Amino acid sequence: MTVSDTAWKPAAPPTAPFSAKPPTNPAAKFARGRWRNAVWVLPAVLLLAVFAYLPLVQNLGFSFLKWDIYSGRQTFVGADNYVRMFNDPIFWKSLLNNTLYAVISIAFQVFGAMILAAMIEGLRSQRWRGILRAVYFVPSAISLTVAGLLFYFIYEPEMGILNAALDSMGLGNFTQAWLGQENTAIFAIIAMSQWQGFGYCTLLFSVALQRIPSELYEAASIDGVGPFQRFFAISLPLVREMTGLMMIVTVSGAFQVFNEVMVMTSGGPNNSSQVLGTWLYRSGFVRNDFGYAAAVATAVFVITLVLAVIQLRISKKRRVQW
Amino acid sequence: MVTRSAVLLVLGRVLVKAFLLALAVVVIYPLLWMLLNGVKSNSELFSNPFALPVAWKWDNYVTAWNRGVGDYLTTSVLVTVASTIATVFISAWAAYGLTRVNIPFNRVVLVLILGGLMLAPTVALIPLVKMFQSLGLYNNLWALLILYTAFRVPFTTFLIRAYMMDLPTEVDEAASVDGASKARAFWQVILPMCKPILVSTVLLNILFTWNEYLFAMVFTSGGALQTLPVGLTNLMSKHGTDYPVVFAGMAIAAIPVIVLFFAGQRYFIRGLADGVGK
Repeated sequence: MTVSDTAWKPAAPPTAPFSAKPPTNPAAKFARGRWRNAVWVLPAVLLLAVFAYLPLVQNLGFSFLKWDIYSGRQTFVGADNYVRMFNDPIFWKSLLNNTLYAVISIAFQVFGAMILAAMIEGLRSQRWRGILRAVYFVPSAISLTVAGLLFYFIYEPEMGILNAALDSMGLGNFTQAWLGQENTAIFAIIAMSQWQGFGYCTLLFSVALQRIPSELYEAASIDGVGPFQRFFAISLPLVREMTGLMMIVTVSGAFQVFNEVMVMTSGGPNNSSQVLGTWLYRSGFVRNDFGYAAAVATAVFVITLVLAVIQLRISKKRRVQW
Repeated sequence: MVTRSAVLLVLGRVLVKAFLLALAVVVIYPLLWMLLNGVKSNSELFSNPFALPVAWKWDNYVTAWNRGVGDYLTTSVLVTVASTIATVFISAWAAYGLTRVNIPFNRVVLVLILGGLMLAPTVALIPLVKMFQSLGLYNNLWALLILYTAFRVPFTTFLIRAYMMDLPTEVDEAASVDGASKARAFWQVILPMCKPILVSTVLLNILFTWNEYLFAMVFTSGGALQTLPVGLTNLMSKHGTDYPVVFAGMAIAAIPVIVLFFAGQRYFIRGLADGVGK
């Protein structure tokens, strides 16, 4: 999801219809036609302006208000919401959980997926490569709600298969209420998210690896270069751009997490698995503190904006040529 | 003579294959467990979680359907179809305008539309609630249709635009020599040529809309108006003790998109790859 600058090129000026008479005032006619042409982009521009950009600006305004949505009363409180946010331990806990989410996802969904893709593409059977890529992707096709509910049951102490599996392997000491304890809840959710998302990343890395010309590997093979060196000397450098983009997409996603936390714990127990998204939701819709929720939303916006700018920088860089 | 490195290489291959297969089991088993639990009885669920169902209770699916899953599914299909059609058409028009028509402020429009890729729905959530309340569209499917379309147009336009840029300009020239208007050139020449990327964007939008949770949860509250993801969490909290029915509902929500993925795999992969790599 990148905006490539080099790819942009101006549209060709409209060519006059073959049989049309020359207009009396070419410049004026051209300008009028140009404005009429705006109808092509008008629906998209209007939709985005009203339902994406306007709310963004409004949100900033709301973050300076104390606002009770039920009574509708709004009072200007200056930076009070931000002061409260920076003094709120749950805000910092949420930020920490989002960061954990990002770090663990980079390890598994970027680097893990890259190694996995290299393993798959190294298989000799084309059929098995296709089957494995598809099978790993299946959890990404189902919704995070279904995946979240499914793992809620898997982690469930009485009927869940995780504790049952640990018991059967003689690891009964490790069984616990994974989502019911403050020190395990967020990790259990993150683990589910890795299960759900790694296939998507693996698929993208596979596509990137397939674009590397096979002559490079053949030449290396002939020179007696082993599979490990081939991975580090050829695959890794040539998918570097994809790796950078995947890191940004993954981190950006990690700071927008909402669905799975909401479904599995709602941020509990005792706010231990709260993330910015769920804390924003709870502040606004449960605690009726909309101004504060808007301040949390601004924090999410700043983080995602910084990441987007970095992403833009990476995708603007010249690509590896071969 | 078998060298040491040759032995290591073979051993390595075997280990890699074993690892990949084990991972496939880790991925598939939870889904299989979900499907099997959907046809068990509640007591079977608790007695031995790994056992196969004794009597296959297919009527759990009927129960799930009658407890609201049928309504949720209808709503999901309706919202998904409507917003996918709206998104793809609006995006294709915008992509055409950006690549092949002389429009005012071309560069600004491009940045405005593609800049939408960076916007997180959570950031806009609070003002959107207020906006839709004052529009009288709160707890109304129009809210979901509008929001899904607005938030999916940037990515969809991005994909279609990249594809249209690769189409040769001779095509347009040929069309304009024929005296075709811009609109006719779009509908009769350019759009049919974009079919592969249109299929990709349709599939990706279906996947997104079918699975979306945040907007669906916040902007609908009435039973029949809810989409599957929100409806499932309701099914869980309302009939929390009848777990096999919940599993059946989850399977009903998951199976259509899994089937769709396998049916349109090629187009999915193309769309996903172009979306990140291009």
